[in-house]
This record gives sequence, C-alpha cells and structure tokens, in this order.
Amino acid sequence: MTTFTLNGESFDFDGPDDTPLLWVLRDHAGLTGTKFGCGAGICGACNVHIDGRTRRACITPVSAVAGRTITTIEGLGAQQLHPVQQAWIEEDVSQCGYCQAGQIMNAAEWLERVPEPTDEDIERYQTALCRCGTYARIRKAIFRAAEIRRQGAVAVVEPEDPEAAS
Amino acid sequence: MNSLNRRRFLQAGATLAGGLALGVSLRGRTEDKSGSVGAPAGPHLAYLVRIEPDGRVIIGAPNPEMGQGVKTSLPMIIAEELDVNWDDVLVEQMPLGIKRDSEGNLSWLHVGQGAGGSTSVSEGWQPLREAGATARQLLLQAAADSWGVPIDSLSTERGTIVHSASGRRAGYGEFAAAASALPLPETPPTLKSSADFNIIGQPKPVVDALDIVTGKAEYGIDAALPGQVYASIERCPYRDGSVVSYDDKAARKVPGVIAIVPIEGPAPDEYFTVLAAGIAVVADSTWAALQGRAALKIEWDPGPHSKESTASLREQMVAAMRQPGQVVLDDGDVDAAWANAADQFEAEYFVPYVSHAPMETQCCVVHVREDGADVVAPTQSPSGASRIVNRLTGLDRLSINVHMTRLGGGFGRRLTVDYVAEATLVSMAVKRPVKLQWTREDDLQHDFYRPCGLHRLRASLDEQGAPTGWRHQLASPSKYYRRPNVKPEDMWKPELYTDDPPRRLLENVQRQYYSMASGVPRGSWRAPAHYANAFAVQSFIDELAHRHGHDPLEYQLALLGEPRELPYENHGGPVFDPGRLAGVLKLVAAKADWGEQLPASRGRGIAGHFTFGGYAAYVVDVTVDAGELRIDRVVGAIDCGLAVNPNHVIAQMESGVHDGISTALRLEITLEGGRIQQDNFHNYRMASMRDAPRVVETHIVDSPHPPSGVGEPPISPLAPALTNAIFAATGQRIRELPIADQLKG
Repeated sequence: MTTFTLNGESFDFDGPDDTPLLWVLRDHAGLTGTKFGCGAGICGACNVHIDGRTRRACITPVSAVAGRTITTIEGLGAQQLHPVQQAWIEEDVSQCGYCQAGQIMNAAEWLERVPEPTDEDIERYQTALCRCGTYARIRKAIFRAAEIRRQGAVAVVEPEDPEAAS
Repeated sequence: MNSLNRRRFLQAGATLAGGLALGVSLRGRTEDKSGSVGAPAGPHLAYLVRIEPDGRVIIGAPNPEMGQGVKTSLPMIIAEELDVNWDDVLVEQMPLGIKRDSEGNLSWLHVGQGAGGSTSVSEGWQPLREAGATARQLLLQAAADSWGVPIDSLSTERGTIVHSASGRRAGYGEFAAAASALPLPETPPTLKSSADFNIIGQPKPVVDALDIVTGKAEYGIDAALPGQVYASIERCPYRDGSVVSYDDKAARKVPGVIAIVPIEGPAPDEYFTVLAAGIAVVADSTWAALQGRAALKIEWDPGPHSKESTASLREQMVAAMRQPGQVVLDDGDVDAAWANAADQFEAEYFVPYVSHAPMETQCCVVHVREDGADVVAPTQSPSGASRIVNRLTGLDRLSINVHMTRLGGGFGRRLTVDYVAEATLVSMAVKRPVKLQWTREDDLQHDFYRPCGLHRLRASLDEQGAPTGWRHQLASPSKYYRRPNVKPEDMWKPELYTDDPPRRLLENVQRQYYSMASGVPRGSWRAPAHYANAFAVQSFIDELAHRHGHDPLEYQLALLGEPRELPYENHGGPVFDPGRLAGVLKLVAAKADWGEQLPASRGRGIAGHFTFGGYAAYVVDVTVDAGELRIDRVVGAIDCGLAVNPNHVIAQMESGVHDGISTALRLEITLEGGRIQQDNFHNYRMASMRDAPRVVETHIVDSPHPPSGVGEPPISPLAPALTNAIFAATGQRIRELPIADQLKG
C-alpha cells in the first residue's frame, strides 16, 4: 500500500511498488489528463508536480511518492484557472493538444522560480516535446502567463457543461 | 473522392428530444429502409445540426480532429449559414455514420468522415453551408406557418426569428419541433454573400481549448468501455517475420495477467491487416500488461527481409539509377534540350524514411460482442476501422459503432487501422472490451513509414542560365507497396506527381521512376510525396539560380511567369495557378526584407510549393557559427483561398514550420540487419523549444478563391527554404536530409 496526497486529497494505491505513477494516476485514480508519450522520461507528456517540482510520472515508481504531494493537471486549476492555463487559452496554443497538459505543468512550475522569463529561460526550462509544433505559441503563452502572474489577474472561467447550458 | 458535380441532398428528421436534426449526404438520396449506424443515440450526436426545444444549438463535427482544427472550422461553416451566435454553439464530435440502401450499397450517412489529403474544409465547404442554410430555412418556414405571415417577411438575427413589420421575435428553439416535421425545400436556399459573413473569416479559438488545458479532453488513450481489460503486444522486430515458439509461463505469473493471445502476422506480399506477428498480453491494468509482456520469451523467425539495411537500399537505388527508369511523363524532347543547351546541371537529393511519431502512441478500445462491436479510436479513417472489424469478425457493418476521440496527432499514421485490427483480434479471443496500448518503442519500430527516396534532377540552360529542359528521376520504395489492385507499373503514382511544376512552365519535362524493393511498410506522411519533391525541386531551382548569379526569387518568378490556370490532374487540382505560387513568394519576400545584405555567417533562403490546392512559401533566416545552426526567423505566407478560420490557418503554418524544422534537422529511420534502429525519442530526436525559431510570422493572402485545406500545404516548402538559407550563409549545399551533423564538417 502506498499513500500520498493527490490534488489535495489522500490517495491509497494497493498495487505493485514499481508501478509508474503515470499508470497509477491513469488506470487507478481515473485522472487521465496526464498523458503517456514515451515511457522513458524524455517527452514530458506525463509531467506532474511532486512536492512542487516537475517530474516525469512515467519513470517515477509509485513507491517513490509515498507520503509526498502530487499535483496533476486536474488539480492545477481546480479552483480557478492557473495563469498558465489562462495564457494557454488566450494564445490558443493547442493543436492536437495531447502534450499540452505536460507543457502547462512544466511551465507552471519553473515560472514560480523565474517570474520574469527570457527567451533563453524558455528554451532552457520548457523541455516538453510537441509534435504538432506549437512552440511559437507556447513561447508567447509563457510570456503572457508571466504577465498575468505579475498582475495577479486571472479570470474565473466556469467549465463548460453542455447539459447545463441554455 | 467526391466529384464536384455529385448531387447533394439534405435530409431532416426529428431528434430524440423532438428538435430539428439535419444532415447532408453526398451520395444521392436513397430509400433508407435498410438501416444505418451512427444516427442520434445516447450522449453522441450524429446529425450535423441539432436545435433543441430549449434553444440549444448543437453542431456536429463530422471529421476526425487531430490538431488541424476541423472540429472548429467545419461547425463554423454551418453556424454561419444557420445564423447563430458562435459563442452559443455547442460542438460535439460525431460518430461514424454509414447507411445501406435497399440494393445493399453502403454510403455515408451524412458527409465523408475521413481526415487526409487536406480535404475536410474544401469538400465540406458547399454541403455544410447548404446544411446550415436549409436548417435556417426550415425554422423560418415553421415560424411563418405559426405566425400566419409570409416567409419572406421574416428574417433572422443570430438565433432569433424576427418579423420586422410587427416587431415580433422568437428564438429558434420555439420552432425546432415544428420545423422538423416540414418537408425539405425543393432547392437549397440561397447562401450568404461572403460580404455578409460574420463567423467565417473570423479568427476563432479551438472549441476544446478549456478541456485541453484542464486535462478533460478525451483522446484515444482516455477512452474506456465498462469491463475493459488492457492489452500490450510484443511484436516481431523483423518485417514479415513470425513466431517460432514462445514461453509465457513467467508472463502468466505476473499478478493481473489474464490471458496470452498470439497474433498472426501478415502474409508476405499481402496488404497489412496488422503490421506484425506478435504475442498479446491481456491484464487488469496497463502496467500488468507491460510487465507480463516483458516476461515473455519469444523466438522469432526473422523472415525474408532480415538482411535489409539503409546502406543496402541506398546501394540498390544508386545501381538502379545507372539505367534509364520508367518514363512516367515525357513532354517535349529533353534529349534535344540537352543537345542544344548552353549549360547543363545535375544534382542528387536524398530524403530518408521517417516515422509519424504522433505524441499519442497507437491505442484504442474495441469490444466485439455476439451481435455487434464498439470501437472507440483516435483514427483518421473511421470507415476503415469499421471495415477492418467487419472483415475480421464477419459482423454486419451496420452493427459496428465507431466513435472518434480527439487524436493526439495523426500526420497520416492513423489513416491505417492496424491497431484497431489488433484490438479486435484480442477482443474476439477474450470476449471482453480490450484497451490496446502501444509503447513509444512499438510506435517507432512499427509504422507505415514515409518512403525514403533518391532524387536526381537535371536541367538544360540557355546562355542566361534560364532552364530549357528538365528531368526528375526518383528511386524510392513506393507507398503503394502491397496495396491491393495496384499494378507494378503504377507504383510511381503516389511518389511523383506528374502535373507538379515545372510541367507546362517548360516545354521539355521528363519524369522517370525506379520502384525499389524494401520490406519496410510505407504509408502516407503529412503531404506525402510533396515533402520530398519540394525539397528536391526547390533546392535545385536555388542551385540553378546561384549557378548563373541570379537572385533565387527573381529566377523562380521568371520560371513561374504570369498568373494563369494550368490543368492539374493530381490530388489538389483541377488547376494549378503559377501566379498564386508567385504571389506567396513575393509576399513572403516583401515581409522578410528579401535582398537585404546580411552579416557573415547569416543567410536567408526562400522556397514555395503547391500542395493539395494550397500555396505556401517561406523565407528562413539562419546563423551558422562554427557548424552550429540557429534558425533565427521564419516568415511564411499562404494562399489557401478563403481562410475559414484565420487563427487555425496561422496555427497550421506554424505547425508546418516546426514540423518542417524537426524533420529536416535530425529525423530519420534507419535499418540494420532488418531491424529499425530507432526506438524512442533519445534516438529519434524531434525538435524541442531549443530548436524553435524565436520569430515566426505568417501572412495570409486575401484570396477570392474557395477554401483549400491547410493541414498539409504548410510543411513542404520549409526544408528547402532552410537548406537554401544554409547555403546563403555558408556556401554549403545540403542535398541530403536530415541535416544532422553535416554542418560540422
């Protein structure tokens, strides 16, 4: 049994210790926003925050997160959209969108440490891969997210619910 | 696929909730007694337009969304003619819809639902507008009947019907039920003038943007059916190899492993159902399946291609090209052109095999039941998925439900449905819903790769250096390999496009093909052969220009000549207008300060290409410093006719820039001893943010033409613009992709 904090709540996993965190999240916790891309810690589609730092969930055995705090894309903007998510919408970054959760988790973490990023910072820290080629908009969105953080202004966007709309 | 003059018709009917549903068929009206699949049911929407009595407007996105933006742009086209507020529209992905007529013929229930060849917008343009306009017309008629006023006294204002004489107004929802009972108009209603568009032509964001950034958007990997089990397959690493024996004792002991299912490979020379022989491990979780798979012991028969290597294939190409090839185009007299030339030039270019490598590896969920099947898949070809399930199970096509998720990239990989076939076979064996998951290693080692090819171009030139004759020879393993009903003499067709320029720009043009044998499966990769042909042709034109001291832009403009419509019978026709290609070249040159003097080590290159009805060009700026390449800026221009969603036209150009850079810089699939040598992103190194130019600009030509697709035209001119820039910076001509470490001398 491995117990850890997942998006603010305690989560117990009763399976093999070597199970990668990615598959625990996806198959057992029902959190499918974290994606599989390479299984080798290269592409960053599986980026999550472990105790606040970006980690590749595909190469992190669940045993390594016992007692620790995990945030996934579902938890990042659970109350209101994170500035990075907001910026991603404003710049309309997504094409296929598959890598974007990993990109967002990547950017959200290092922007905390580098609040006024330069092009060099973006090239150094934004390591997640995008096959569609959204890098131009990712770059713009990171600059925009930094601006939103500085202004402390994040619009609250209610999730769309087709059944509730009128 | 659909001829322009094919009769279209519209069909209406009631939705479950009593509203108005409207679909389009491109195949002619049939008595629909024999049934259909994909009509409205459950939470999914099968019709293109649905207006509920409460006023909700729901528009179906018929085609697969893989990042090219059609889940946004196609509903925009309908919404424009329907006259509703775009912000009020809910978009739902439609499942595959097919129907069978009383004579047993199958056809689309609504519209064609594939994604390939950049056709979704161009083919959907007219019928989707008619669908929206017809729905609006029916609503107007219902209002006219209800209010007892003539229909032509009514107008609409974004979802509201207005009787201006009385000031009476009511939302569409009030008339949805009545409208659904009305007969269809005899002829399609008049469509809007483009001057009245207020949705088409406006930049709109991705409809799923919020779901994507919050992790809620559903991809194939996220799909689930109740009671599903998880499968992973160890496949033979040799093409057309087979399983000699296997030991699954250790695999069966892995906790969670439920079953082991052998998968028979394709018969050599038959078209692929699955890509390779293998052993599937079925388990109660993905990780258990992967662990079980790792515990398998399999002895492979390496089959007939175990000696193939990249080097051996290249040697065969070189040897073949010592002899004349199959002449597939012979305009004028190239031999006379050589004989009368003041100068001649010949150069060879090579492009490697590459993999599609979508970020989402292949995956799907299939449940084969006694009386039907459910497929949930990220596929560019939902009808292909339906056909393969039918072929493997014998189930009636109308009992096979195919639902499309978003695709985590496609690039042509998901035009083939081998992974659906695998999941189907496993589901048949275990009689449960099976979720199949490929690893990245599986994906890079088992693909329908873009063909490699060796191109030799030769031109005869006059005293001023202008071309008078042109020959393009290509040796490649055709992507038509093993396809049914393709004659050996037709293998060239998907690799060399006869009507591409400079045909009809020059009097003497010859193309020759050499069909090479290779065991490597081949398929369609974004813009298929245009990527390679544009690299060869646009590099060669740059070489010819420099050879006689001409400016590459002026040289190419002289070749293209005046605007005029030339016949173009390959995909993307029926015409090619060299003036439109010249137009994007001139636009991009003007925006990128073409002709400006640059400091040493910097260079600027230009290239343009016509792909599937769209014209695109780039100017690329590079710095090459001690063998280190930096791409400083890319300025692009596209003429895609009317830009339905300019935001996504720009996005696709940006995608073409980065995909073009990625593929040109480092990507290649190589073979040794019959095995693919690349197996993950450490040795198949896609471009990262470090490779991305800091400045990317796109300019859209304000064009009076109807829309073309934009998924593929943006990629082909990027690589030659880049290598032409490298030549301008260094004097080094890159004739072989990828660039890799060629600049390091």
